[in-house]
Amino acid sequence: MSEWLAGAPWMMLAIMLPLSGALVAFLLPRHSALVGLGASLLTACAALVVMLQVAADGRQAYRLGGWPAPLGIELVADGLSVLMLAMTAVVGVAVSVYARVYLADSPDKVRRFWPLWLFLWAALNALFQAGDAFNLYVTLELMGLSAVALVALSGSGPALWGAMRYLLVSLLGSLSYLVGVALLYHAYGTLDLALLSERADGGLQLAVPLGAMIAGLLLKTGLFPFHVWLPPAHGSARAPVSALLSGLVVKASFYLLLRLWFTFTPEGQGVPLLLGSLGAAAIFWGSIQALRQKRLKLLVAYSTVAQLGYLFIAFPLAELEPALAWSGSVYLALSHAMAKGAMFLAAGSIMTQGGHDEIDELDRVVERMPLTLAAFALAGISLAGLPPSGGFVGKWMLLQAAMTQGSWFWALVIIVGGLLTATYVFRVLGFAFTKSPHEHERHDVPATMEWTALVLALGAVLLGFAAPWALPLLEGVLP
Amino acid sequence: MKTRHAATEPGPVFRIGLALLLFAITAGLALALLAEPVAPGVAGQVEAALGDSGAKNHVTAVLLNFRGYDTLLELAVLTSALVGVWALGVAPDIKETTPSPVLLGMNSVLIPLAPLFCAYLLWAGASRPGGAFQAGAVLAAAAVLYNISCRRPELRLPSAPLRPGIVIGLGVFIATGFGVMGGGRAFMEYPAGLAGGLILLIETAATLSIALILASLFVGGRPEGEP
Amino acid sequence: MSSGILFACGGLGLLAIGIWALVLRAHLIRKVLAINVMGSGAFLLLVGAGSMGEAGVDPVPQAMVITGIVVAISATALALALVLRLANATGKPALPEDRERDLMDSEER
Repeated sequence: MSEWLAGAPWMMLAIMLPLSGALVAFLLPRHSALVGLGASLLTACAALVVMLQVAADGRQAYRLGGWPAPLGIELVADGLSVLMLAMTAVVGVAVSVYARVYLADSPDKVRRFWPLWLFLWAALNALFQAGDAFNLYVTLELMGLSAVALVALSGSGPALWGAMRYLLVSLLGSLSYLVGVALLYHAYGTLDLALLSERADGGLQLAVPLGAMIAGLLLKTGLFPFHVWLPPAHGSARAPVSALLSGLVVKASFYLLLRLWFTFTPEGQGVPLLLGSLGAAAIFWGSIQALRQKRLKLLVAYSTVAQLGYLFIAFPLAELEPALAWSGSVYLALSHAMAKGAMFLAAGSIMTQGGHDEIDELDRVVERMPLTLAAFALAGISLAGLPPSGGFVGKWMLLQAAMTQGSWFWALVIIVGGLLTATYVFRVLGFAFTKSPHEHERHDVPATMEWTALVLALGAVLLGFAAPWALPLLEGVLP
Repeated sequence: MKTRHAATEPGPVFRIGLALLLFAITAGLALALLAEPVAPGVAGQVEAALGDSGAKNHVTAVLLNFRGYDTLLELAVLTSALVGVWALGVAPDIKETTPSPVLLGMNSVLIPLAPLFCAYLLWAGASRPGGAFQAGAVLAAAAVLYNISCRRPELRLPSAPLRPGIVIGLGVFIATGFGVMGGGRAFMEYPAGLAGGLILLIETAATLSIALILASLFVGGRPEGEP
Repeated sequence: MSSGILFACGGLGLLAIGIWALVLRAHLIRKVLAINVMGSGAFLLLVGAGSMGEAGVDPVPQAMVITGIVVAISATALALALVLRLANATGKPALPEDRERDLMDSEER
């Protein structure tokens, strides 16, 4: 039994389980929540098994249809892939558990949510394990369409606008990526990333397609100044959907960016410096916008813009300190997924309780829902990079990379960004302790919702302790 | 509907800037396109493996066998788009107008021919250009023509068969992928002798789903009474 | 060589036209059309570039285009359905400017 289990193609199952789950959930709308939750747990298990396999035996590959690349398509899982798979599994299960309770009072939404979310999960797992440039395009589109449909699920005017803008940006980004794929295949005659990395030898034939692909992915990741679509989409969706978008979907396009960067290792200093500067601008602009927001969910959405900026600081720092800078960036992405997921889930609970999410009007939330506020505060600790959180480990590594090469500018950006983060987190916490001048309706929040957010936030804080185990996985993946 | 806003009209400077930027992008792409050397693609390998693929047409062999996983995900994209459109709400009403006699005359010829043409495209796909998507699109086109003719009898299709029909394409694709896995074969690794039959099975199911999905996408929302 | 290069360059032209319209046109249907023009450009580039080599026509780009077309039609359908809902909900088939959105956002609540 155990041998059979170990030999099962878990990489493929991590994609096909959610895909089949989506079909069944669509087919049986009345049981979609049950089917969805079951499929979520199975998918998470498959993803975790893939991680254990890679941790034990190193890089894994699976030939779909039995055809070797370049004729066929291979799934590939290395350390970077499995960290992303595990991140998706953890946040995905938390969101699934939360959504089952959160959506329980609107049966109409439940039936729509589960198939779309499972399609999205299948797309994410497929993207993290794809070893083929064109296959990545299809997964990008599956991810984009299901994410857009999830945003539109809430049905309100702002959500529809957010979804529309998001869809246009997402399609433009994918097409830009596709143009790059077309030129790469034309020049090198293969779509397999491993073969491409052997054959690509720089020059115009590599630079132009790579530029097109990176530009498209920056658009999808929402790096400043391409972030304008992000706050409306993430801020207007339902809370579990926002958690998925901010936590996972933007990370997927960032992962692909890293994957391309590691595959082709482009030379030159201009582009890394540009990406880093945009990242720094994103940190400041996003944080200042977050401070100015009146609504909690928009604050959290702008915080995503700022935190995404951090991920790009690694590009200029990787010139001299590749291992530290890339590990820091990846670790920040992981901890941001958990912290931001927890934050949006907590915001959803606060919104359910008070019927609104005006920050000024938060009415003694600390007395009414201490667990949720604790979740928000813990997530804030990880975002701001206080020890022992995962965010601390990531930022510390980036800071170390900056200090050892004497780049004081980047070190300053990292530190000031952390202070700004703490400021907007404390702004919310401050209002949560005081009494609001107006009376608000009050609703009971199911304990499951409060606990899920808290567990996820605790995970983000405790992630710091997992670093000695998780970071060695990246060895051999980083350039 | 007039929705012109003075603020949304970009000025000439912006237009010139955009034109220059687009010119630079196009020139860059063209340079990369014309650069030498150009590597041969995998056409040779496709040719060599064609005998084992179960299809005589190169494109069909790539779509359904060598890169069948892409096609599977493509069907997932199509299905997820339909789920997304249904999630937006109930289908909007079509304004009933008297259809033109040209449309009705055309319908009486095209709609009965469509299933025949669809079956031919599906069958021909094995050895000539054709295949599931083309066949499904023809069938969906017939459904769209029927839909806009407004001469619909009160044919309230119950919702039950619609859902299974929509998922059957992807469902059969995944089930076949798992079904062939015995004996050390990988997911979707069709046994040499059975490949032709399995591909036809997958394509037939996919045709049905593609036709249903495309026709339902045209309607623009879920049917009334759909849970 | 021959006609492939012509198709590929035509594809690049369509891409540029598509981006132009996507940026400048406010009406959402036009934006969706612009995305479709860009998509056709990308597909033309794929098949054109695929038939530029001496080895004859490569089936892989053609298969990629068929997959791409299905993806494009799915995206277009979702986009058009969204435009329809937006026009119904707000009375205009264009995206609001940021300021406008903020105003309507506060009105709604």
